[in-house]
This record gives sequence, structure tokens and C-alpha cells, in this order.
Amino acid sequence: MVTFWILLLAMSILLYVLLDGVDLGVGILFGFTNGEVGRGAMLSAIAPIWDGNETWLVVTAVILWGAFPVVYAALLSAFYLPLIVMLLGLILRGVAFEFRYKTQRMRWIWDLSFAGGSLIATFIQGVTVGALVEGLQVTNGQYSGGDFGWLTPFAALCGIGLCLGYALLGACWLVKKCDAVVRDVAHRQIPILAVGVLAFLVLVFIYALAEHLPILRRWIDRPYLFVFPAIGAVAAIVLALSILRHNDRWPFYTVAVIFISAFGTLALSFWPYIIPFVITIDEAAAPRSSLMFMFWGGVVVFPLMLTYTLLSYGVFRGKVGTRAGNY
Amino acid sequence: MNTTALLLSRIQFAFTITFHIIFPSFTIGLAAWLTVLEALRLLTGRPVYRVIFDFWLRIFGVAFGLGVVSGIVMAFQFGTNWSALSQMSGPVQGPLLMYETFTAFMLEATFFGVLIFGRSRVPPWLYLFSTAMVALGTTFSAFWIMVNNSWMQVPSGYVMENGVFVPDDWTKIIFNSVVWSRFPHMLLASYLTGAFCVAATGAWYVLRKEYHAESRIMLRMGLGLAAVLIPVQLFFGHLCGGYVNTYQPSKMAAIEGRWNDEKPAGEVLFAWPDVENRRNLYAITLPPPFGSLIDSDSFTAGETGLNSIPPENWPPVVIPFFSFRIMVGCGMAMLGLAWLGTYLSFKQRLERNRLLLWLTFLSFPLPFIAILTGWFTAEVGRQPWVVYGVLRTADAMTPFLTTRAATISLVIFCAVYAFIFLFGTFYIYRLIRTGPVGQLFETPRLAVPNPRISLSNTEQIFPEHTHAGAGE
Repeated sequence: MVTFWILLLAMSILLYVLLDGVDLGVGILFGFTNGEVGRGAMLSAIAPIWDGNETWLVVTAVILWGAFPVVYAALLSAFYLPLIVMLLGLILRGVAFEFRYKTQRMRWIWDLSFAGGSLIATFIQGVTVGALVEGLQVTNGQYSGGDFGWLTPFAALCGIGLCLGYALLGACWLVKKCDAVVRDVAHRQIPILAVGVLAFLVLVFIYALAEHLPILRRWIDRPYLFVFPAIGAVAAIVLALSILRHNDRWPFYTVAVIFISAFGTLALSFWPYIIPFVITIDEAAAPRSSLMFMFWGGVVVFPLMLTYTLLSYGVFRGKVGTRAGNY
Repeated sequence: MNTTALLLSRIQFAFTITFHIIFPSFTIGLAAWLTVLEALRLLTGRPVYRVIFDFWLRIFGVAFGLGVVSGIVMAFQFGTNWSALSQMSGPVQGPLLMYETFTAFMLEATFFGVLIFGRSRVPPWLYLFSTAMVALGTTFSAFWIMVNNSWMQVPSGYVMENGVFVPDDWTKIIFNSVVWSRFPHMLLASYLTGAFCVAATGAWYVLRKEYHAESRIMLRMGLGLAAVLIPVQLFFGHLCGGYVNTYQPSKMAAIEGRWNDEKPAGEVLFAWPDVENRRNLYAITLPPPFGSLIDSDSFTAGETGLNSIPPENWPPVVIPFFSFRIMVGCGMAMLGLAWLGTYLSFKQRLERNRLLLWLTFLSFPLPFIAILTGWFTAEVGRQPWVVYGVLRTADAMTPFLTTRAATISLVIFCAVYAFIFLFGTFYIYRLIRTGPVGQLFETPRLAVPNPRISLSNTEQIFPEHTHAGAGE
């Protein structure tokens, strides 16, 4: 039962990163785009789906609370300020979708809040992962790192890395969903962003070696973990080829595979800990009566949620603006 | 224990949830009304229903967006500020909120996208289905939230193990009289909110002599629905009073401003509770047995007073006392308006009665005030407990939360919420002021000149008042 819930939790996090990663990435690139035509097309590419995508973050939070309450309580309180800033970033990003079309004169405010909100939310998500990898300061089972204990150079590096990563994901989505100028611009951005992500990964690796991060030891102990980075490397090669051939669909799927392999790498190097080297999955699990009650939600409603997600991607498939009615 | 951080956390939770509830309470009712409109249009084929639908969908879009973004905060705040609570009660509250997210949010989010952007991409039946699914999603969400909150009000179906609430009977947690009187109470409150906003908008257009057909449909449907629902709402409100009386004597005593045990009890209508000296000033009181009758449906029942409850278990008496009276007052005012308006509407005299039209127009804040004060009564009245009778609010907070962190978060919450609230309400006001500009006759979809991404650029598509005749 615990395994079932950790799998569902992992799936929700992964779906959130892949789906809302696209939205946030488009938001970041939005900041570098001028002109109403381009901006309008970029928004159209994500407007009908962003709300559902963001919901996977809530799904993650409530699975964590229901199935692993100790972790929910510990992580959310330890990351107090960053999480609240991230939420406010997501708020500013979210309202911009509707608000920017309510005004001409003040549109710049909502464009700023869209791009800025996306950037802040992404950076903080990266920082959070970085701080987790580095290890939280815990005394007697309680977080003791202080208000800004999470803010380390390594965490900040991870924040920048995730901004690059989401922007890459967003650029690939724009190539897939848009036409004309927006697609061409995104096409040119992909190699730059991809090189940026690569450089970030190399930096992380060097940092991990230099600082002897505890996570590194697990890699030496478990060489089979290298299968995930290997998959990622293959996907990166396919990405390079698809860029050279000006393909519109492949870049998105290859970058998604790179994200999945990065996530798999991270998840497996945490295993069996859920907060690295503090609490294991089994220690954190909720009582059996809670997990059993949630089980039906997991086997019946969770697949339904996946169905809705597929349905909305189906309804809004194809390139933006190529069909009458538009969105 | 950092008492400043505790106070700030309580203010922050109260502020963010007060802000949040304004929008769902509006959209739950509006979603149901949109479903009815779309069904009516498909059944009758009258284009006027489409005009009203599109108009309210634009407003729904803004309100729903504000509800979604402010709602996500709530899913995190239990953990950020109340980690002791969320660790202890996670096995009970976590699964309930998980079911809320699983059954409601993804449903709403997906079909909301179809509603706003998918009119031309899906067949009419699927569009109606999407509208109904959004309405169903909002209802599911309200249900699970009420189950969750009711458990905090009257905890049941659990055993304590190692300082953790371990659920042992989920049927007791979900199917109990507390949930099933509070959930309908909240749902009806939302429907009334929708009804009064629609009626007020209709009244405004009648006063401005605009949108003849649309305004009359809004006015009559809104007031008529309210006229039927308010009596039902009063009944469920009375049932809610019953659970408070049975399970939460301290809240009941505060609401009633009752200091001494009385048997049978009188009923304080109005007063100023003087907590320091444990008495009411300027009280207007009904003699016994009215208090027993209202609280316990009995002529002889004894009612508990605050004096027989230790003061450390008292809620801040003044807040539930007044907020309850404001809620009831709003309810009564709405009842009067709805009944009078519906009566005049049957007599075909409503449109000529400018006073009643003005009152209806000005009544749109009433349901919101009633919902907020109702929640203040329930939540402040539960204090000093977070899980009534078991866990104190003071013991529920994140133990290491600093005053600095709590201050920073509260300040930025206030700033950002004030900012988006001001713009959001201004944009809704402008949408309503502009009115249901649209055609009464459907044009081919390809004739729409520019792509629309958000509902609201209909403003640009149909510039100022190209309203194509009010009389159908």
C-alpha cells in the first residue's frame, strides 16, 4: 500500500513538472518576447490547459498530506518563505491569463506578472529540490535551519538550472503548438537553452564531487542508477538531430524524456528516503486505515483524472489558430 | 511558543481563507445557473439564453480564476503555518482533501478549459456536459471541504495513537448529521449568492432601461430562485444551530450571549456583551422559553451559559455574537426582498417599482456578507480549539515559525491579494457595466474577426453596445 502511494506521488510530481513546466517555461520565454502577435500566440498555446496542469501541484500536496503527513508537515514548514513566495508567483501568473485581456493600457502589468510570476515560481521550485539534495538541517527530528537555511549557492544554482530546463520545455512546446515567427524564434532558442541545461548539469556534478554531497555515495553504491542518465543522454542526441532537421514534434518529446530520466535519477538516489537521509518512506507513511480509504481514490479517481487530462489535450490538439473558432 | 507568530498565522489564515471563500461561493452558484441556461438554450432554442450565458461566463471566468489561484494557497497553508496540526490530523484531513482534489479540481480545471475555449471544438451536448461537470466539480469541492471542516468542529471516527489522529471509522467521519446539515447550508448559501448577483445585475439594467429581455430573465430567475431557496436555507441554518447546541456548548453560549445556565432559557436578540464583567449591556431579550425553543426545539430544555465553562475555553465572545446576528439579518433582508420581488413579478408590477429595483440592485453584497459572517461564527466560535475539544489552536502551529517569517508572509499576502482583488473586482464591474453585448441571433463562427484567447476580448470584438435589439 505504501509502495502504491509513493508511486502515485512520484507520478503526480512528474506530471506536474512536465505539464506545468511547459506553462512556466512559456511564461519565462514570454518575458523575452515583444509584440502582441507573438505574445498572444504563446498564451494561446497554454491558455486552455494551464489550470489543469497546475492542479497536479495540488494533487501532489494532498497525496503528500494524506499518505505521508509527517513529510507534508516537515517540508512545508521548513520551506515556509520560499513556498509562500512560489504560491504568490503562481497567483500572479494565473490571474494574468484572464486579466491581460481586460485592459489595453494596463496590459503591461499583467504581462509583467505573467513572466515574473513564472520565473519566481520556477526558480523556487528548483531551489527547493536543490536544498533537499543538499540536505536539510534537522535537530531532534525538527527542522532547525532557520528562515533562510534553504538558500545556499547550490540551491540557487538548481533554481537557475530549473529555469533553463522549464524554458527549454516551453520552447519545445511552442515549436509543437505554434506557427510562423513564434515557432522560428523558439526553434532558435532550443539549442541555446539545451546547452545551458547541459552546462548546469555538469556544474551540479562538479559541485557534488567537490562537496562530497551525501547523495554521491549512493551513486557509487548503486551503479545501476546510471541507466537513467544514459536514457537522458540518448534523448539529448535525438533532440540535437531533431533540431537539425527542423522537426516540430520531436523536440518536445525528447526533452520530456530528459526530464523523466532526471526525475528518475533523483528519485532513485533518494530511495528509500523520502526526505533524504532523515525520514524513510515507510517511517513517513500514514496509518493503514488512511491509506486504505485513499486507495479507492487512487485506483478509480486517479485514472479518471488522467482521462480528463488526455481529454483536454485531445480537444485542444493541433497547432494554435489553424482551426476556426480559435482559442 | 511564539505568541506573535501565532497571532500572525491566525490572521494570515483568516485573511487568505476569507479572501478565497468569496470566489467559490459565487462560482458554485454561477456554475449551476450556467448549466441551467445552457440546457434551456438547447431545449428552447431561444438565442437570448445564449446571450445571457456568454455574459455570465465572462464574469465566471474572472471569478473562477481568482478562486483557483487563492485556493491553491489553502492546500499549502496547513503545512506551512500549522505543521503540528497537519502532522497530527493528516491521517484524517489529508485523505479528505485528497478526495476533494481528485474528484473536484481536475474535473473543474479540464472542463473549465472546454467551457471558455472549446465552444467551437466540441459538439453542443459535450459543451452542456462540460458546463454540468464544472458545476458538479464545484459541488464536490464544497462537499469535501465541509466534511473536513465539520470534522474539525465535531471530531469523530478516530482514535488517538502516539499523539496522532488515526481514523477508525470513515462512515462516521463522512456520514454524520453535522456534515449533512452544514453541506446543504453552504451549498444553498452559494446558490443564493449566485441568485442575488444575477438578480441585482438584472435590476440594474432594468433601472438603466437596457437589455430588456435579458434583464427581465435575470431579475425574475434570480429573485424567484431566492424566494424558494431562502426558507429551505433557514431550515438548514436551524439544523446547524442544533449541532452547535449539542456538540459545541461554548460556541452556542457565545452566539446567544448567554452567561448563566438557564432552564428554560430566554433569548438575547440584541446586546453588547461585556466580557470583562460577564454581562450584557443594552440587552433586548425575549423571555423564556424562547431560547430553549430556538436552541433545543423544546419548551423546557436547560441551556448552558458561559459561566459554567472555564474561561480558558471561551471563544472571543463578541465576534461570534455579532457575526451570527449580521448573518441572520442579511438572510432576513434577502428573504423580504425575494418574496416581495417575486410577488410583484407575478403581479407584473416589479419593473415599475423603482424602490424595489434599487434595493435589489444594492443587495448584491448581502449574500457575501452572510457567508463571511456565517464562517466567522463557525470558525471564531470554535476557538480556542482548532480540533474542537481536543487540540488547541496554540498547540497546532509550526513550532519553529519565527515572527520575522510570519510577518514577511502576511505582508506579501496582503499586498498581492489587495492588488489582484482590486483589479479583479474592477474588471468584473466593468464586464457587468458593459452588459451582455452580443447578438440575439447567432452568426456563423467563421465570421468572428480575430482569435479570442480570453473570454473578455469580446469587448474588442463587439465594441461598445452593438446590441442587436432587445425585443428578440
